Amino acid sequence: MKSRFVIYTLLLIFSVLFATTATVLAQEESIAIDPANIEQNQECFKCHGYSTFSYFNSNTEREVKQRMNPYFIIDSLEYYASNHRTFLCGDCHSSECGEFPHSGQARMEPKFSCMDCHAGDDTHSQYNFEKIEEDFHKSVHSSKHLDDFTCSLCHNPHTYKISARTNEKVADFILYDNEICLSCHANLSKYQLLTTKDNPNVLETHAWLPNQVLHFSKVRCIECHTEINNEILVAHNVLPKELAVKSCVECHSKNSRLLASLYKYQFTNKRSDLGFSNDAILEESYVIGANRNYYLNAISIILFGLVVVVLLIHASLRIIFNSKKRHE
Amino acid sequence: MSEKIYLYPVWVRFWHWSNAILCLLLIFTGISMQYSDPAYPMIRFDWAVYLHDIAGILLAVSYLGFFIGNVLTPNGKHYIFRKGIVNNLIKQAKYYSFGIFKGEKPPFPITEESKFNPLQKFSYIVIMHLTIPLVALSGLMLFFPELMIFEIFGSKALHITDIIHVIMGFFISVFLIVHIYFCTIGCTPTSNFKSMFTGFHEKH
Repeated sequence: MKSRFVIYTLLLIFSVLFATTATVLAQEESIAIDPANIEQNQECFKCHGYSTFSYFNSNTEREVKQRMNPYFIIDSLEYYASNHRTFLCGDCHSSECGEFPHSGQARMEPKFSCMDCHAGDDTHSQYNFEKIEEDFHKSVHSSKHLDDFTCSLCHNPHTYKISARTNEKVADFILYDNEICLSCHANLSKYQLLTTKDNPNVLETHAWLPNQVLHFSKVRCIECHTEINNEILVAHNVLPKELAVKSCVECHSKNSRLLASLYKYQFTNKRSDLGFSNDAILEESYVIGANRNYYLNAISIILFGLVVVVLLIHASLRIIFNSKKRHE
Repeated sequence: MSEKIYLYPVWVRFWHWSNAILCLLLIFTGISMQYSDPAYPMIRFDWAVYLHDIAGILLAVSYLGFFIGNVLTPNGKHYIFRKGIVNNLIKQAKYYSFGIFKGEKPPFPITEESKFNPLQKFSYIVIMHLTIPLVALSGLMLFFPELMIFEIFGSKALHITDIIHVIMGFFISVFLIVHIYFCTIGCTPTSNFKSMFTGFHEKH
């Protein structure tokens, strides 16, 4: 009885702490989280927020402590910083999950798909979820793995937050987005959920790429591995590896592909005050071939032209004076 | 029969021509990368990068050879400014601007002791002691971007380094054109080119 009191007191303290943190985070993100939701979700986090959970086994009449399956642990702080932070767990999970032990029925029930909520969602029309879904269904992820490949494999609904529109630092969302790809392509156990193939080593398959470290930290995998779609911000049509971009000039040129992908959100297509073309890229990076300085180009062409003209005049005068001398 | 003096030992000629070939390769591949265009590729971008990297490393090695050669042999004395350089530069510039057309004799005849006229000396010193080291150093930093001083220049380190590299590359291209043109001013228009193969300079 005493131990149960201690557990409940601790849980109450944690609930208040989580509620406070979540409220602060929510204020920062300017979307308020209903404290009632936090309180209700805490019933789930009591077990799914920790590496161990306890319950009273009525058959043995003993308090039992067990380890939580690590894949079922949800970090509440990450959850309350995610895009779905205002949701109740029960908004997506069966109400039967509220009972413990969870019934077999609750475990087997089909889960909601993302499009169950996001399709025809006027409040989020700017994201164009229908086009994203259409794009995704063209991809190898969808065509090769059919229904097994769901949005949540890449976009963990408990932690996912949009990054390309919100991160001021491009490097931050490059890292965030690449981690999504690597969560399968550098993680054999997750990769083999969908295939029996060995996970290819991305470092070896990209050994041809010059300055590999710089490329991996300055661009996202999807820059080369997806087909650009102008109707959505982030392309989802992941192409077969044979169709991935391998031509350097696709990015390293004035009409850089990066402006339609990585820098799509920032791209203004204007030269900066300092005369750089593609200055959206310059904020975080420098891409040879894509970043050129208008003024330096103009000065160099004028200088080079002047030098050639002066030399031509000098050569002509030499020829004229020499032939005059010969005639004398 | 014109007088001939031996000015260019084998190592200088070897360094000179390897330097010339490498610089040309670096200029063409550099321009191709800087102005890369999928529709009009001058040299395929990955080939240009590969050739530029190899030629750049070889140029840095060649520069090291030139530097050591100048320390160990008397050739180094031609790459040091002497007193009166400004007046001599003006005198030489006047000759190239006016005197040469009137058939005047060069104010600084080529000798074993002084194989460059003041303008040549000035341009070679600037190119070899300033431009080439800067282009090589910035090139090495672009080749090993992880060595870049991001702490000082922040995310603009790559940007600043590349601009220095491109500007220095431009100066070298201009120098190359001027250098080739002035080499036609000799006993005959081709005599100076020949002397860089034979080692013997033909005097006027």
